[in-house]
Amino acid sequence: MIPAPFEYHRPSSLNEAIGLLKHHGAQAKVLSGGMSLLPTLKLRLGSFAHLVDINRIPGLDGIKEEGGFLHIGAMTRQSALERSELIRTKYPILADAVPLIADPLVRNRGTVGGNVANGDPANDEPAIMIALGATLVARGPKGERTIPANKFYTDLYTTALAPDEILTEIRIPVPPAKSGGAYQKLKRKTGDYAAAAVAVQLTLDAKGAVASCGIALTNAGPTPLDAADAAKFLVGKTPDANTIAEAAKRAAAKSNPSADHRGSVEYKRDMARVLAGRALHTAVQRAGGK
Amino acid sequence: MAKHKISVTVNGAVREAEVESRLLLVHLLREVFRMTGTHVGCDTSHCGACTVILDGSPVKSCTMLAVQADGCKITTVEGLEQGGKLHPVQEGFTEKHGLQCGFCTPGMMLSSVALLERNKNPSEQEIREALAGNLCRCTGYVNIVKAVQYAAEKMR
Repeated sequence: MIPAPFEYHRPSSLNEAIGLLKHHGAQAKVLSGGMSLLPTLKLRLGSFAHLVDINRIPGLDGIKEEGGFLHIGAMTRQSALERSELIRTKYPILADAVPLIADPLVRNRGTVGGNVANGDPANDEPAIMIALGATLVARGPKGERTIPANKFYTDLYTTALAPDEILTEIRIPVPPAKSGGAYQKLKRKTGDYAAAAVAVQLTLDAKGAVASCGIALTNAGPTPLDAADAAKFLVGKTPDANTIAEAAKRAAAKSNPSADHRGSVEYKRDMARVLAGRALHTAVQRAGGK
Repeated sequence: MAKHKISVTVNGAVREAEVESRLLLVHLLREVFRMTGTHVGCDTSHCGACTVILDGSPVKSCTMLAVQADGCKITTVEGLEQGGKLHPVQEGFTEKHGLQCGFCTPGMMLSSVALLERNKNPSEQEIREALAGNLCRCTGYVNIVKAVQYAAEKMR
């Protein structure tokens, strides 16, 4: 399959890329890893007159903790995240999730920024960023601005990014002591999107009660979903089997999936409940709770 | 639509071409360079028959533009044999019957070569995980895993 014709641009700086986006407006699309964009163009589900390839712009990748935040550059490949010792030891929610994204060949090209900015509710990292309370950093003609991950997704494939803005970085607050996270994903086979998936990040207080909590759902509606009510329910409570079961039920109630070859609405909603329970249990254990 | 002059190093040889923006890397290899060892399988980024090694990492060449590979080093299945001698991975696939129809084999072998460059002594689980993006519809994966283990031993 061959994409419809387009002009290819390879800017060498962020300002040059933003200038191209500003000039070509809705006709232009940012090419990052291309793991969603190229299939879209090949299947002719979408077409753009101009592709702006940001792969050669220096400084857009990297994983580092600094100033109380984990900074992940938008062009960081999934495989780099997967092999990062820092991620493996301190961010189990990502260490759970990344090996479940597509397959190793796709992860060698696919980027964190692309996964987050694409606005596909089936992508895994949006829900993770919501659960982690991440901030997304965007650059446009007017400079830089930050958008909380839970305010970023406005509709199916629609985000808070303006057509001339580029996601440059994701900032995740470094989790305090007694924190734990987990990602639970149900998929039929390697490379498939989730039938249901749940991201959890929480912190316990000195007595073992939940001090703060984020829960978000993948592929359970037109956007990644912030199950804030379920998370709020847990705060201040001891995360025992009963409270976790109730929080999982509330998280699943937030889901609004559509029926497809991965299952019925009822099945997917119940799987969201089961996975939320498992993710909460694991996160509590990882936080040092019981 | 502007064409782009690109230069890529394929199996150690510098190759130049003038390409349309939309030309896929797999089509550059097969149709422009006439190197047909790299296969087009599903053409939808699932099967991995089109796998090549790009600057050290195995990637799906059906899901990348040729122009994106400008300046990069590419290894295809044609580059595995050196001086008439099979690569240990090729030898492993022969010795352990790691193929039946052979369609997936070039991609399987390139993912295996990239794995063994990163990890000299992979466990069975690590081999299976590294090959998760390459689908075989004939044999199942038992002999493919054995072929990679054979090559790993040979390369140590």
